[in-house]
Amino acid sequence: MSQEPVTAKEADDKAEISRRDVFAKIGLLLNGLAVVVLATPVIGYLLSPILRGDRGQYKRWVSLGELDEFPEGQTRLAKFQNPISNSWDGDTDHIPCWVRRIQGEQFQVFAINCAHLGCPVRWFAQSGLFMCPCHGGVYYQDGSRASGPPPRGLFQYEYKVENGHLLIEAGQLPTLSTTASLKKRENGCQG
Amino acid sequence: MSRLEKIGNWFEQRLQLGEVIRESVAHPVPRKSASWWYVFGSAALTIFILQVFTGIMLALIYVPSAGEAWNSLQYLNHDVTLGWFLRSVHGWGSNFMVAVVLIHMCQVFLFGAYKFPRELTWIVGVFLLLMTLGMAFTGQVLRFDQDAYWGIGIGAAITGRVPVLGPYLVRMLLGGPIIAGDTLSRFFALHVFVIPGLLIGFVSLHLLMVLKLGINEWPMPGRIIRRSTYLKEYAELTHKNGVPFMPAAIWKDMFFSAAIIVSVMLCAAFFGPFGPSGIPDPTIVQTVPKPDFFFLWLYALLALLPPEMETPFLLIAPVIVIGFLILLPFMSGEGEKSWKRRPVAVLTLLLIAVALGTFTRLATYSPWSPVMNGWSGDPVPVSMLNGRSPLERQGALVFQVKQCRNCHSIGGSGGKRGPALDKVATKLTRDQLVRQVIQGGGNMPAYGKNLTPPEVTALVSFLETLRPGGQPPARDASQALITQEEQSPPAANSR
Repeated sequence: MSQEPVTAKEADDKAEISRRDVFAKIGLLLNGLAVVVLATPVIGYLLSPILRGDRGQYKRWVSLGELDEFPEGQTRLAKFQNPISNSWDGDTDHIPCWVRRIQGEQFQVFAINCAHLGCPVRWFAQSGLFMCPCHGGVYYQDGSRASGPPPRGLFQYEYKVENGHLLIEAGQLPTLSTTASLKKRENGCQG
Repeated sequence: MSRLEKIGNWFEQRLQLGEVIRESVAHPVPRKSASWWYVFGSAALTIFILQVFTGIMLALIYVPSAGEAWNSLQYLNHDVTLGWFLRSVHGWGSNFMVAVVLIHMCQVFLFGAYKFPRELTWIVGVFLLLMTLGMAFTGQVLRFDQDAYWGIGIGAAITGRVPVLGPYLVRMLLGGPIIAGDTLSRFFALHVFVIPGLLIGFVSLHLLMVLKLGINEWPMPGRIIRRSTYLKEYAELTHKNGVPFMPAAIWKDMFFSAAIIVSVMLCAAFFGPFGPSGIPDPTIVQTVPKPDFFFLWLYALLALLPPEMETPFLLIAPVIVIGFLILLPFMSGEGEKSWKRRPVAVLTLLLIAVALGTFTRLATYSPWSPVMNGWSGDPVPVSMLNGRSPLERQGALVFQVKQCRNCHSIGGSGGKRGPALDKVATKLTRDQLVRQVIQGGGNMPAYGKNLTPPEVTALVSFLETLRPGGQPPARDASQALITQEEQSPPAANSR
């Protein structure tokens, strides 16, 4: 402790800033600048899943087939190709969903994913229940929660009927904070 | 001077590593620390090296593409010479690595090795544990099969529960709006570049600190650690009564590491590689996804927690646990090291071990899940149908066809989601049975809309016969009281 004032004073005596010090600091600054310049595009690249628009959004309505394929009063498994896909997606771009035709053009299209943790639910026509194999979530035929850990009913796709075909708005993995339909994003990420 | 020595000297003159190496291998360790209890850290390092080596081998063949990964695994399993064995060693190595890292951590905790001055060694170790678990999870994803696909789905579902940031984090996890090609690619980058790179860095730091600070001395009850005196005491311990690490301690490390490698290889040879299970095609919904062994406890916990506690638990518990582990050396950086004088520490560890073990055990047969083919599997046992009326037999049919058995077992087969019904008639009266079937409740769906009145009548008639060994049927006590009242007025009135 007693030595400190002395060293401080010595430092004061040598207070002239040398050319080398200045250059070293400028060098540091330049490198800092370079890091920022490089980091900006890198961060942009990393955030691409959030920042990029979902190209091909106009394709997000997909057909599940003709209405005749879905008899009234029944619930059937339908498969479709993920509207936004790449050639290297392999089997993962085949997406299943449960289609319940109530009557006429009245449908319910359920995502396959359990609202609890996303496992694939299975339809049991005889008891009119969806059951999940993972943690025992059960849903009624209208998708509402019957029992088990799910915090809500099954996720549903937006649907419409056009030219005798059933179309759904698809493209996203539904979770508690995201929807099954890939909506057009008006204000930021709609999730 | 022999030719070999000359060559050695040529390198030494340029590298100047000789002194460092000599210092490292000959550094003194406390005599009692040259123990079989101190071999787990080096074993973890050995397995890590094995994993890096076998991982590189697998990368020669594996195709990190969602479209091709599964095929390349089949090719490894069946066509590449000993490809199955390399996959198997890598898979078993992963299990062994998690296990050894956990044992190492328990030992360090029980021996108080995280106390001054080894706080940072412990904290770096906590990150090493997290990275090891990260490697285990991402590795499971690279085995791109059904379980991997739905496993990522579970990861996304958990991430989606984060408030506000949820949708963004899900997209960052999946590399897009849905599980697809980009998802596997980013897990590949994590498993092969990012986490191993971090692991190598952190392992080096961890080792460096072990060398610089010295290995923890054998804890003696009553020897109190104080920041002011410890370094001097440790120096005395090692220099007056120490032994050189090489060869006094290292031979045990080498024996144990060799035994671990041999065990990994034996498991790999006998049990073979893990999967891959079915192709990662989500339209194949006839699947029962399950995580790998070291995540089974979490799988069980997610089924057993009360639903309203799940999100807080998933989001807050990891922060608390990791925070606690990091802060541990600051909360008890001094004091007793010996487990004999730290009953709370020992009990905490035992409690955690028993809890994790129980959850893991439960998850191996997941009693909370409906058995999806319970209804179409075994028939109703004949003994339960003998001498029954047509209505009761019709009820047995309803029981089977309406998938009751997916959740309720009879005759020892069926789901365990709900109670076994072999003795249900001794517990519930006819009225209670009807109410339970129609309205559900207590975690049972209501069947009111899916059963016709005749079906309910038949089903309940069958259930009423389920009282083995002539046990008396359940009685409605209140009903009995009412009938009693009607027959003979209460004694109070007559007085």
